Amino acid sequence: MIGAQLPALQVVIPLLAAPLCLLLYRPFATWLLTVVTSAATLVISTLLLTQVLDSGPIDYTFGGWAAPFGIAYRIDLVNAYVLLIVSAISTVVSVFARLSVAAEIEASNQGIFYTAWLLCLTGLLGIAITGDAFNLFVFLEISSLSSYVLIAMGQDRRALTASYQYLIMGTIGATFILIGVGLLYALTGTLNMADLAERLPAVADTRTARAGFAFLTVGIALKIALFPLHLWLPNAYAYAPSAVSAFLAATATKVAVYALLRFLFSVFGESFSLETMPLAHGLAVLGSVAVLFASLVAIFQHNIKRMLAYSSVAQIGYLTLGISFVSELGLSATILHLFNHALMKGALFLALGCIAWRIGSARLGDFQGLGYRMPWTMGVFLIGGLSLIGIPTTAGFISKWYLVLAALEKGWWPVLVVIVIGSLLAVVYIWRVVEIAYLGKRLEEAPSGEAPLSMLLPACLLALANIYFGIHTELSVGVAHEAAKALFGGL
Amino acid sequence: MNDNPVLRIVAKIIIPMILIFGLYVQFHGDFGPGGGFQAGVIFATGFILYGLVFGTDALRSAIPAPILRIVIAGGLLLYVGVGVATLLMGSDFLAYNVLGSTPSGGQHLGIFLVELGVGVTVSAVMITVFLGFAGRNDP
Amino acid sequence: MSFGGLYNYWIVILLMMTGFYVVIASGNLVKKIIGLNLFQASVFILYISVGKVAGGSAPVLQDGFEPYSNPLPHVLILTAIVVGVATTALGLALVVRIREAYDSVEEDEIHDQDESL
Repeated sequence: MIGAQLPALQVVIPLLAAPLCLLLYRPFATWLLTVVTSAATLVISTLLLTQVLDSGPIDYTFGGWAAPFGIAYRIDLVNAYVLLIVSAISTVVSVFARLSVAAEIEASNQGIFYTAWLLCLTGLLGIAITGDAFNLFVFLEISSLSSYVLIAMGQDRRALTASYQYLIMGTIGATFILIGVGLLYALTGTLNMADLAERLPAVADTRTARAGFAFLTVGIALKIALFPLHLWLPNAYAYAPSAVSAFLAATATKVAVYALLRFLFSVFGESFSLETMPLAHGLAVLGSVAVLFASLVAIFQHNIKRMLAYSSVAQIGYLTLGISFVSELGLSATILHLFNHALMKGALFLALGCIAWRIGSARLGDFQGLGYRMPWTMGVFLIGGLSLIGIPTTAGFISKWYLVLAALEKGWWPVLVVIVIGSLLAVVYIWRVVEIAYLGKRLEEAPSGEAPLSMLLPACLLALANIYFGIHTELSVGVAHEAAKALFGGL
Repeated sequence: MNDNPVLRIVAKIIIPMILIFGLYVQFHGDFGPGGGFQAGVIFATGFILYGLVFGTDALRSAIPAPILRIVIAGGLLLYVGVGVATLLMGSDFLAYNVLGSTPSGGQHLGIFLVELGVGVTVSAVMITVFLGFAGRNDP
Repeated sequence: MSFGGLYNYWIVILLMMTGFYVVIASGNLVKKIIGLNLFQASVFILYISVGKVAGGSAPVLQDGFEPYSNPLPHVLILTAIVVGVATTALGLALVVRIREAYDSVEEDEIHDQDESL
């Protein structure tokens, strides 16, 4: 009986925990609740993934209203995969969060912090699981509003302006999505994604359909931070509390990419969205520019968090490149990179969180000799960095490899060159940190010693996952392939 | 504005009516236009008017912040709780039919409780927002 | 349908572009929020217009009132309005905090202060 209710519980459990968090309000109790809730969502998403692998997509209807009328959830491999990423990252990072948050946020605000965290988790899981276009907008706004709150809690006053900037850009993006959904509703009279997919081909050749498509794509591109709509991202990630940077960098843009995939492939169908509309070439160009430009800018950053944020913009370029190939291989590369990028950015930001806890800064100048002062933490950073570059035996290599294969399959040599140059630029910006940390002069009076185990262990766990999924690729690659196949097959 | 007798007396007459109207919109929502969102906002305006006329300190002593927080959480819990109750009774999330002895009775009870949760949360949130802005510069 | 018969959609476009322009062109943080509100309000009107059935009454079931307008867009937009209120409240709260931290609500001045650090 409970097995059939898992799709609802996936969202309901964090939604139920959020008000409980507000009632408890004590830092330790709310933190514990957050960890337990995240772990529960992780268990549920694992069960859902195995269920989908065993017996195909799961349908769930709310309130007993049948699919096109009520809100329906439909979980196939793609959803289940994204759900697993979000809940796993939330679990790992929330364990890390306790001491990091205690150091960075006043005790009186921590209750609100964890409430916002749980609401953000609810929203992200909701986007990934829902099969209803308007419901997706609502969950998007739940996650966005709570992430504005989370970012604004950063110590630096620039966190406030970063959050404000994100709020303006994010709301414009969400409103664009709302307009797009409204136009599709006016055209077809339905909000259910499967139903939309059935009815759209008949009316696809209208101006309304094309306008709706354009609004949706631009709106989601804003949430993804696709170049040149990425301006909100570097500041938001740089000034947010460490745990929030790790959580959002590893999940928020991933879920938005999922939403883009869902609309492009499941709702509109790849022939309309990538061939009738000139989106494939647009995405290829924007993705390439994102990779080159953002990697180049990352090299000149003094704040390492900001550097990683620009690197995230570059990684989003890779993700869109994978989509632009319009091939099963390219799509599996994108889906694979969703997972692998979450692992590497999670590890990198957690390592930075440990460093910020110990030395209270993320500036490159303060990293002198850090490789000897905090060997384990810098080890995690190194592994994350190698994975970001795409060194073999790390997870990053696998997704780059599939991306390269997809480019070769299409014969797009320029894109191949872009991928290689992007990786070389990544070598440069990671090397800058490594050089200062390992070869810089050792300051005797500087604070040293590792971060506490509750912070170090989650970071190490993600670093190990980077290596594990670089060697044992059956799970991640297998599921990504199947998911890509499912997306190409329609909803 | 504390010492203006016209304001004070008019406010004292109007506030109960606003609250009653809010409750009307809330509970008539089952049969006609209305519902939790609108009712919650109308109900909150009664408190906000009180705060405007008698000062935010008076409003704060009428409903202290911790109580507002509990009410916000309580409303949301009521909403989700109804859903969980239907789950526990062996049906889908928010499938109200199982709540009553007849399906329509169940629907009635379910929507009533859910809208009550919405109304309670919305009014508490609106009052919190008002206090958050208006009471910002208070010592 | 005639040009004037779609006048509410023209209002939607006008409001949308006005709001969008204010968000982009204004350097005042409060005015940006006002522009954002205008932008969102235009979408509310778009949805309500979509739900209108020609000659239909309000969607309250009563004998003798047929047809009635589609209630679904109303419900959807009620949700979007609530989201809009939450966004506005949060945005203004951020502006209050920004003013306390920078003593200004002008984008340029805030930018200069951060640069001079």
